[in-house]
Amino acid sequence: MGTEQAVKEQPRQAAGVNLPVENKISLIVFSGDLDKLLAALIISTGAVAMGMKARLFFTFWGTAALRDARKSVEGKNLMSKMFGFMLPKGATKVTLSKMNMGGMGTAMMKMLMKQKKVASLGEMLTLAGQMGVEICVCEMSMGLMGFKREELIDYPHMSLCGVASFLAEANTSRVQLFI
Amino acid sequence: MPVELKADKVLDLKGLPCPMPVVRISQEIMTVGIGQVVEAITTDPGALADFPAWAASTGQEILRTDQAAGEVRFYVKRLL
Repeated sequence: MGTEQAVKEQPRQAAGVNLPVENKISLIVFSGDLDKLLAALIISTGAVAMGMKARLFFTFWGTAALRDARKSVEGKNLMSKMFGFMLPKGATKVTLSKMNMGGMGTAMMKMLMKQKKVASLGEMLTLAGQMGVEICVCEMSMGLMGFKREELIDYPHMSLCGVASFLAEANTSRVQLFI
Repeated sequence: MPVELKADKVLDLKGLPCPMPVVRISQEIMTVGIGQVVEAITTDPGALADFPAWAASTGQEILRTDQAAGEVRFYVKRLL
């Protein structure tokens, strides 16, 4: 029972408790749904406009939205290939969390968005990149789903990270959100 | 009748929905000098609440807000 032993004694380390809170927002982007991803991008670009620093932590289903549809990588095993095939390949392929109706609802929503000049998810990602929104992608999720760094979009401020990076950032952020 | 305000730059944001009006004003305000005024014209009803919130957070000043015929016109002075 390795885990039981590991959690038995964990002396609390007080360092970091008194770090100053900065004018920052940290978002966990867990969802891979079009509507929720849009919300995350609108909030983070809005935050930069408000003079805040914004960082998005992409994890689990969210990571699939960062794949570049034009890129493919060799050397994946069968499971990774299957996951890669079943999950949406990038921002143009993600669907609504509700009313998708086999893709019809998502298509209608995209039509409406165009009509009302609401930026697409791809456009929002480009804007976020220009505005300096930082993106960290969960290393473990990537590994789990068999995604590789080379198949992600070319985003100017992207890095791979883990839970400690998020917590360190969230700890000194004024706002933290889970989407 | 309020005193006529002279804008140093006019920013047409008509037809743009959230978050673009606030994103654009935050970028464009930095292209004028401190003390200068940007006139931003928007058709987004949310901007009525969002521009004052943005100004309060970023330390800029909204000199005047005019509403007419589905348009909101903000005169924003760059302070920082």
